[in-house]
Amino acid sequence: MGSQATRSGVGTPATRVFGVIATLALGWVVVGGIFVTPPDVVQGESVRIMYVHVPTAWVSYLAFIVTAVASAGYLFGRRHSLGFDRVAGAAAQVGVSFMALTLISGSLWGRLTWGTFWEWDPRLTTTAFLFVTYLGYLAVRGLDGTPAQRAKRSAIVALLAVFEIPLVHFSVVLWRSLHQEASVLSTDGDIKMDDLMLFTLLVGVVGFTALFMWLVSHRQRVMALRDIVESRRIDVAMAERVAEGTPL
Amino acid sequence: MSHPSLGSVALAIAGKDLRIEWRSRVVINQVLPFSGLVMVMFALALDDDAMLQRTAGGLVWLATLFSLFMIVQRSYAVDTQDGALDAMRVAGVDMQAMFLGKSLALAAQLFVLEVVLFAVAMVLYRVSPLPDESTLAGFVLLVTTVICATLGLGFVGTLYGGLIAGAKGRDSLLPLLLLPVLAPVLLGATRATESALRSGGAVVAEGWPWVAVLVVFAGVFGVGGLLSFGALIEE
Repeated sequence: MGSQATRSGVGTPATRVFGVIATLALGWVVVGGIFVTPPDVVQGESVRIMYVHVPTAWVSYLAFIVTAVASAGYLFGRRHSLGFDRVAGAAAQVGVSFMALTLISGSLWGRLTWGTFWEWDPRLTTTAFLFVTYLGYLAVRGLDGTPAQRAKRSAIVALLAVFEIPLVHFSVVLWRSLHQEASVLSTDGDIKMDDLMLFTLLVGVVGFTALFMWLVSHRQRVMALRDIVESRRIDVAMAERVAEGTPL
Repeated sequence: MSHPSLGSVALAIAGKDLRIEWRSRVVINQVLPFSGLVMVMFALALDDDAMLQRTAGGLVWLATLFSLFMIVQRSYAVDTQDGALDAMRVAGVDMQAMFLGKSLALAAQLFVLEVVLFAVAMVLYRVSPLPDESTLAGFVLLVTTVICATLGLGFVGTLYGGLIAGAKGRDSLLPLLLLPVLAPVLLGATRATESALRSGGAVVAEGWPWVAVLVVFAGVFGVGGLLSFGALIEE
């Protein structure tokens, strides 16, 4: 960490690789997705939103899995390494942002395709709950306390969420099965994938995943630096208090 | 020297919480009137007798959830005020017993609240689990629903309340944390209650799968709470 602290940023050769992959892949998604790929037979131009919506959805689910695994790594690891906690927090922050993008892009796509911004179908409802659950997780991370207290509290919340989300999803599926009209509006959108469209979609997934890795790595390191600064501030303050008591 | 059993410690803690509530009457004097008021406000907002009758189950459980936050916060305010929670932990009180005891006390208070709210609903919204005196099926479903849902609410409220007990800025955090987790309870309890009250043509038999959801929920969080409550309180 020491040599990184003297540089102007927290980038390393590893994150640079992710950054390059992300830039190239997302560049193709923007150019290819908007100009090169054909419009869908059924949906027309609105299918282009999928190039953003599907990868961001995938990344947000990935992010929450990372949060859960890192939280378990912190709680059950022998050394209770705070690095796990930072990764969990960074992944959750990135995941929540990507999920917001997913909900917004999906909502816009829905307006164009179904005519409504929202449907109470199981997948959307569960996604909305997942989003709010992780907002709550981030709020718990913001509570007072030492890094260790924060880490333990948020790890437990994250692991409880792993159990809670399937329960919520199951209840919502059962609930919506009572309302039969959902069959007309398939959330998959019935896209017949042209080869170029499929390629762009996969490039998008790769690009957004690389972006996720880049963001989480940087965020995690910034959090570590912030913890170091905070503890040094406390050390300085303590030294000053001690110095006050020393006779001249 | 005999070691007290998990059950007896849990009952002692539940008794303590309930005795404190009985002597201070905070839930009785503040939360119960608040929840009754919420039921009246629903009638003002929805302004449709038929709709009120159809949605009575949902309204009762919503009012219960809103009151849950206040009861949980009160339960932990009592313990963190003079460091009672820390004192009990240092004295060696088994944290699993504490979780069970506090959940039990919370569930008992919620049960009383729900009985009152259902009575209010029968009067204000004109619903009844016994539309014809010949069949008890609806009433049995309703009682089972209330018990299973209340157990789940007790476990979850105690668990998440303990999570943020003593932390600053926690008051508005509890609803944000709890409501997503409680979605299955709201769904299950409301659908089962609607079946019990035969709202909107629902049949009693349709309610029992939802009771199963409530039981699973209570089971998951009962076990989850037993396992994690100790780690939460130990700082």
